[in-house]
Amino acid sequence: MPKDGGIGASSKRREDIRFLTGEGNYTDDINLNGQAYVFFLRSDIAHGVLNSVDTSAAEAMPGVVKIFTGADFEAVGSIPCGWQVTDKHGEVMQEPRHPVLAHGKVRHVGEPIAAVVAESLSEAHDAAEAIVVDITDLPAVIDMKEAVKEGAPKLHDDLTSNLCYDWGFVEENKGAVDKAFEEAAHVTTLELVNNRLVANPMEPRVAVGDYARGTGDHTLYTTSQNPHVIRLLMGAFVLGIPEHKLRVVAPDVGGGFGTKIFHYQEEAFCTFAAKACNRPVKWTSSRSEAFMSDAHGRDHVTKIQMALDKDNNFTALRTDTYANMGAYLSTFAPSVPTWLHGTLMAGNYKTPLIYVNVKAVFTNTVPVDAYRGAGRPEATYQLERLVDKCAHELGVDPIALRRQNFITEFPYATPVAVEYDTGDYVATMDKLEEISDIAGFAARRKESEAKGKLRGFGVNCYIEACGIAPSNLVGQLGARAGLYESATVRVNATGGLVVMTGSHSHGQGHETAFPQVIAEMIGIPEDMIEIVHGDTANTPMGMGTYGSRSLAVGGSAMVRATEKIIAKAKKIASHLLEASEGDIELKDGAFSVAGTDKSVAWGDVTLAAYVPHNYPLEDIEPGLEETAFYDPSNFTYPSGAYACEVELDPETGQVTIERFSAADDFGNIVNPMIVTGQVHGGLAQGIGQALMENCTYDSDGQLLSASYMDYAMPRASDVPFYTVDHSCQTPCTHNPLGVKGCGEAGAIGSPPAVVNAVLDAMRSGGKDVGHIDMPVTPARVWAAMNS
Amino acid sequence: MYDFDVEKPTSIADAVKALGREEAQPLSGGQTLIPTLKARLAMPSVLVSLKGIAEMRGVCLDDDGRVCIGGGTVHATVAKEVATHYPALAGLAARIGDPAVRNRGTIGGSVANNDPSACYPSAVLASGATVVTNAREIAADDFFQGMFATALDEGEIVTEVKFPVPEKAHYEKFIQPASRFPLVAVFVAKFADGVRVAVTGASEDGVFRWTEAETALSANFSAEAVSGLSVDGSSMISDLHGSGDYRAHLVGVMTKRAVAALA
Repeated sequence: MPKDGGIGASSKRREDIRFLTGEGNYTDDINLNGQAYVFFLRSDIAHGVLNSVDTSAAEAMPGVVKIFTGADFEAVGSIPCGWQVTDKHGEVMQEPRHPVLAHGKVRHVGEPIAAVVAESLSEAHDAAEAIVVDITDLPAVIDMKEAVKEGAPKLHDDLTSNLCYDWGFVEENKGAVDKAFEEAAHVTTLELVNNRLVANPMEPRVAVGDYARGTGDHTLYTTSQNPHVIRLLMGAFVLGIPEHKLRVVAPDVGGGFGTKIFHYQEEAFCTFAAKACNRPVKWTSSRSEAFMSDAHGRDHVTKIQMALDKDNNFTALRTDTYANMGAYLSTFAPSVPTWLHGTLMAGNYKTPLIYVNVKAVFTNTVPVDAYRGAGRPEATYQLERLVDKCAHELGVDPIALRRQNFITEFPYATPVAVEYDTGDYVATMDKLEEISDIAGFAARRKESEAKGKLRGFGVNCYIEACGIAPSNLVGQLGARAGLYESATVRVNATGGLVVMTGSHSHGQGHETAFPQVIAEMIGIPEDMIEIVHGDTANTPMGMGTYGSRSLAVGGSAMVRATEKIIAKAKKIASHLLEASEGDIELKDGAFSVAGTDKSVAWGDVTLAAYVPHNYPLEDIEPGLEETAFYDPSNFTYPSGAYACEVELDPETGQVTIERFSAADDFGNIVNPMIVTGQVHGGLAQGIGQALMENCTYDSDGQLLSASYMDYAMPRASDVPFYTVDHSCQTPCTHNPLGVKGCGEAGAIGSPPAVVNAVLDAMRSGGKDVGHIDMPVTPARVWAAMNS
Repeated sequence: MYDFDVEKPTSIADAVKALGREEAQPLSGGQTLIPTLKARLAMPSVLVSLKGIAEMRGVCLDDDGRVCIGGGTVHATVAKEVATHYPALAGLAARIGDPAVRNRGTIGGSVANNDPSACYPSAVLASGATVVTNAREIAADDFFQGMFATALDEGEIVTEVKFPVPEKAHYEKFIQPASRFPLVAVFVAKFADGVRVAVTGASEDGVFRWTEAETALSANFSAEAVSGLSVDGSSMISDLHGSGDYRAHLVGVMTKRAVAALA
């Protein structure tokens, strides 16, 4: 019997009422008195020396308030990077200066060169066209392997090369790994590309800067997943504004997928320009600008190898990856191919020896950073494609090979520095075989073949690490931030609660799911609880939402704060009930004395806290408001097994996804409907990467896939009705809710299953090509089938 | 976009007059022109909207049994009102873009623009239709003159397209996954006196008739008749979404499937 409230209930998303009726309040809905508009003149050249930017004619254009160039930002800090990676030689990464507006050079198409603030956007745009920019073209560096060759044109003159770092993990294991390969009975090698993606949230980025001359207070409204992080990075490192004079507001945000984590130049510009112009300054990204200025995702080129013994046990794994950083280091870019990728290379398997090498490379392209999954999809894709290739080379069943090598005992310390607390990979694989109807596949293949189509079945497993933590560990790994989360729980006199969380919801449904937890803890209806987020002025310092961390970390902070509330409320109740505090029980929204019929309602206790006429003032303070900061002791490790079934038209190369099944272990689940929705969204993005999406540059650094005419986003008709199951639950052992994370799983776990299925279909048509790179477009499949 | 004037004539005559203004540009459904203006890739001084011209809208049959479609008729109307007279043409219209596009975009605009990946030109060409303008009537074979190029003079408006109705016809489309325009699409029309095959999406020269297939199908209207034929990949479009050879291959596949659908 499904619950109708609290933990485990599929409560309907309360935020959807405003989102679906046009009542949301997005950043672009914010218009301030006297607001001016900014248009950024962006480079249409990938690499060049910026000789001069002549704004004289433009300044005389109608409506122009002020025009800014790189020279105006010389005294301003560099856009900071939030993670410093140390390379295999013990040297810190090369870190270039990242100016707000280009200065001296341009390094990618889309880099802002000048900014025109004007009375209207149209006037700003007109004036920008009158700016005369003199650039001497330099050869563009696009291919990563070319970029690190001796003599390649350098992006940053003050760096020694285009190599950001050369990371080895775990460097001490390298010798043992190489030795295991020498002794292997079989070695499987795979080279592949993890295609560059553009996140494309429905809402493009927006920033509105405001400055109050009378008080010296700055406010930035921005489309961010983590307003406190932006306040800290921009305030402390770029503009030198102390946090108490800077408020950052991220109101309703229409999707982030990682690309709204980072601190961008446009945010710093609008904040800076609002003071310089003494009026609010607004920027709204066009979709075209988004393609060339939002941080991109993925873009790895990898060679991976597995060593096996004669009994098909995995004995060692090694992988070499080139990871594209783009022209500058975006906020968390260095961490993605290293600590979010290398640590996941064990996957679900007890491979005893693993070595990961990553070369991060600067190229004349848009910066690359975290995108849904961030490093973990790249790890999962190469590993799960490799395992499938192993199975086919050895002539064994891909599922059986996986099962044979599964980790089965927990906790399990991997050779790549992390310890999985719980999991049951056999259970999720069993569940997958059931829900995917693997037994019926042969009959379905026959049906497809009768229509002239090929049918393929592909599986993969995944492990992911979310709720990145703990702060003292990530500090050692190079994070320049803590990774705790915060919550303030304020109980009002009449019993309702407001939770001010450092997490940020941009589609996840926190406003629904978080109250379910507190409703369960106190035994009151969910609608007595309100969630406040997204404004540094009224929420405690928090790290925001990414990496599937909100419930595991932010929810845990909220639980801790609520526990403090309950403890204090019990003290008040014990006074009101004239009973010993130890005898007070909280159930169904009432405090009672154990073993008696004496009780006092939640609302009477909360009223007493604020109207303390009959109150133990000598022992406890009035009021009922508590804050907690929660710093987890470990990541959480969701896992699962996915199956994809495709139909392939051998005449055209068209692949259609006929069935997709996902068996996930997310630990305990607060709202099954929201979890299912998160998996659905992740799968759509994973399928998009596998079949359609491809961000492509030409050799001159021009972005070829610069609009929806050429960048293929998946639509509803491109994805099947999914079969999603999350009944396998091994609760996380170290957070109070026993929850893991579900936001990225779908995007992490689906691309290898899709590609494995396509290759299976091709094999059934007599064509074994070994590998095909994503996106598996009709043209690529046709070319492979006819190679 | 840049500033421009807008004129809203209510007759073809007034529209032609308005288009005489310097740097005037006709605006029909705007499905290409409006994005072009928004991207500041065009700078007309005046847009002459054809939307208010009642005589350019609607579908009728003429005395020769031709389906006559006003140049200002939107795709959704064609999809609905032509369905019984010329189902293949209606089916083509019903699958252009999405509902928003189909309720704004017009046949006249599509034909006049002659996008190499548009759907309509293939139907016009395969049907041997007549493009009617404010000044003259132009046979389809003379109208399309290469990528984005037509026989239209400056200021000339497509007021109507007259389609002879074939015995049977079929439009087979393979979409480009991002834009959802045809990567390759083939319109096959079988008339009493022969078969016409028009291909869109594929060629560097825009829509074209595949005469080799027409000859083969006129002799033997079966999928087998075209299975050995091919077009030259080197004159086909090669881009992110497919090579010239791939497009050439798809021309064969789509033609075969269109014929098979009619067999």
